[in-house]
Amino acid sequence: MRVTYYPGCSLEGTARDYADSIHGVCEAMGVELQEVPDWNCCGATAAHSIDHQASVDLPGRNLELAGEVGNSDMLVPCPLCFNRLKSAVHEIEKGSEGFRTRLGLFTPKIWDLANFFATDKMLEKIASSVKNPLDGLEVVSYYGCMASRPPSVTGEPNYENPQSIDRIVKTLGATGMDWAYKTECCGASLMVSRPDVGFKMVAKILDMAKRVGAQAIVVSCQMCQLNLDMYQERIEAETGKVFGLPIVYFTELIGIAAGLPGASDTLSRHFVDPVPTLRKYLGCAATRHPGEPGPDPGRPE
Amino acid sequence: MEQTALTPDFSFLERAEASGPFNAAECFQCRKCTNGCPASFEMDLMPDQIIRLAVLGQRHEILQSKTIWICASCETCSTRCPNGVRIAELMDYFKEVAVRSGVAPALPRVAGFHQAFLGNIRHTGRVFEGALLPAWWLKTGQIGEKLRTGELRNDLKQALGLLGKKRMPLAPGKIKERSKIKAILRSSR
Repeated sequence: MRVTYYPGCSLEGTARDYADSIHGVCEAMGVELQEVPDWNCCGATAAHSIDHQASVDLPGRNLELAGEVGNSDMLVPCPLCFNRLKSAVHEIEKGSEGFRTRLGLFTPKIWDLANFFATDKMLEKIASSVKNPLDGLEVVSYYGCMASRPPSVTGEPNYENPQSIDRIVKTLGATGMDWAYKTECCGASLMVSRPDVGFKMVAKILDMAKRVGAQAIVVSCQMCQLNLDMYQERIEAETGKVFGLPIVYFTELIGIAAGLPGASDTLSRHFVDPVPTLRKYLGCAATRHPGEPGPDPGRPE
Repeated sequence: MEQTALTPDFSFLERAEASGPFNAAECFQCRKCTNGCPASFEMDLMPDQIIRLAVLGQRHEILQSKTIWICASCETCSTRCPNGVRIAELMDYFKEVAVRSGVAPALPRVAGFHQAFLGNIRHTGRVFEGALLPAWWLKTGQIGEKLRTGELRNDLKQALGLLGKKRMPLAPGKIKERSKIKAILRSSR
């Protein structure tokens, strides 16, 4: 199937590992991604905080372009981009004035990536592709805010207890554990602008994941990933607690369970190394880190 | 308890609601917004107090509060409000009013980050993460402090970490119709 794809800026930057993982999995699942031509930044938190008009018209331009592509569905991996695109549709459709955006007759259905992969049809595809079931892997699914809230914009029925990532990890053979912080806020850009505040918010999430006994946190949001992963060592140093929690994308787990070639390549691009936790599912060819010596041909195993 | 006289200015909320609606007058002070707020620990006014002050037209208190800038826009409050008050959206409205009317923000670095972000996309159409933080440090005068506290070393270490993991772009991704982005952001402050 062919779908329209809006990657968003960070998938070209700090989340290029997520982008690589998404492309690998989509190719294997027969999902052809057609990028919105000449797409622009959705404006993110900055626009909706201090320039409401731009917060509609920046994603609005992308919606106009996406309408011209013509596929019925558009996949959006970044939950904030997803939320801003949905918000713009919401604002334009209610007939608000003062915006430049002119939606054409056709606008594709906008999908949060995890929700797309959690549809029955995609779960069937995922189930039939599993070669290395993730038996014994106990994880918590962490959704963050923007794919769920506010439900009047996102259309998410289970906004307090989302299920998409949980359904995916279960299909892969792993156990999605119950926990209360699925949709707790990671602090988003406060992590940069007020690290003292952001650190507290993330510490709470890491601490709870550790307390329920999770081996890893599975995410679909690249901002949550960065906040929970890159700063984890510093938060450990500040709180005196040891978390050691790998923060993995659900697409990485799909790739590993399906035994896709190169599925483990993105793991070395995390800050908290997920390989020790996932090693037994990787198969022998996939476990090598760049720079790590390969199997020694001169020495029999 | 000390009591002071207060003169409500109802036109303040009327103007806000014309840009919304945010349904602030529906608030019956259940405090569900405040109790669910993940960032309330750093706020000087609780979210329900902001709503009450908005109803009473206390512009000054609201626009000069830390609260509007600490709000992370997680939307928990708006989602859970039993009366459909769009609290997070109202916080955004206040941030924009503060910036447009030149009220000095209680947290200039947070406000400055949003401004640096929009400045970053104004010319290229997409965020260039490699330049965003340095531009923000310059804008909010943090370089000296960062050198003094050694924080700059942490930041550089992190940037190098991202670079080593092939997660840091070295050149901005420019779009073709940059003039449209400039036009959309023309009135941004």
